Amino acid sequence: MTQSTPPGTPADFDPVLVTRMVSAFGHNGALGTRYVAHGADWIELALDYRAELVGDEETGVLASGPIIALMDMATSLATWIRRGRFEPQATLDLRVDYLRGAIPERTVIGHGECYRVTRRIAFVRGFAHDGDPDDPIAHVAGTFMMTGAA
Amino acid sequence: MGACPTLPPYGHFLGISVEEGPLFRMPFGIAVTGRPHFVHGGALAGLLEIAAVGTVMEALRGEAGARVKPINVTVDFMRGGRERDTFAAATVLRLGNRIANVEAFAWQEERTKLIASARMTLMVRRAAGAGEE
Repeated sequence: MTQSTPPGTPADFDPVLVTRMVSAFGHNGALGTRYVAHGADWIELALDYRAELVGDEETGVLASGPIIALMDMATSLATWIRRGRFEPQATLDLRVDYLRGAIPERTVIGHGECYRVTRRIAFVRGFAHDGDPDDPIAHVAGTFMMTGAA
Repeated sequence: MGACPTLPPYGHFLGISVEEGPLFRMPFGIAVTGRPHFVHGGALAGLLEIAAVGTVMEALRGEAGARVKPINVTVDFMRGGRERDTFAAATVLRLGNRIANVEAFAWQEERTKLIASARMTLMVRRAAGAGEE
């Protein structure tokens, strides 16, 4: 996602700063994703409701695509947080279960977690909700591959 | 364009256009960029979903009140998408009264050189008796 970011030492990886950087550019910038919170192996991002991201004009429900993009970004950042450094990587696959449609006008929160890393692969999971974490709108699972020399 | 499925606002947000087939085209641009010079995985996934849903809607064309809702999607990313048009098309594996199983594929230069694919399960709501089942 951000292979132009210079690799840093563990102490250098700042999820707040990196989220701000990747959110200022390209697709993430167009979506308007922003930082909410993070822990040792997770991060939460927010995606505000916008009419141009709607997938069903009749109901005003957000399209599923922006949810995937949000979760791709959140889980990707979670791998770097867990590793304590930036490493170039590519998404291998991502599965999303759409538990229900997001309620129109509500901000969607994407919680991404990296629960296992190997030398080349990072395993991630996460969920998205629109206000109540106990009533999620989507669950995701995926893998990333480190693409740098190793 | 009469024979092509209509796109939701999100499809226009990604800059997608639909051609006969239906074939879906997403030009490269800043709004779909991930890391510099490459298409964002989320935008690719969005294109694949638009192709999957659009192709099912096309198959349901003529059925008044038919609607679809995504249940889940699995996206495989095979190659980085470069700074050029990305195309996508989908195959409806099964269209039932309640469920549609769809596969969608995305490529750039050559249709056989896929950059991503998706398998999508959709909930279908259609008028009684319209499906095969």
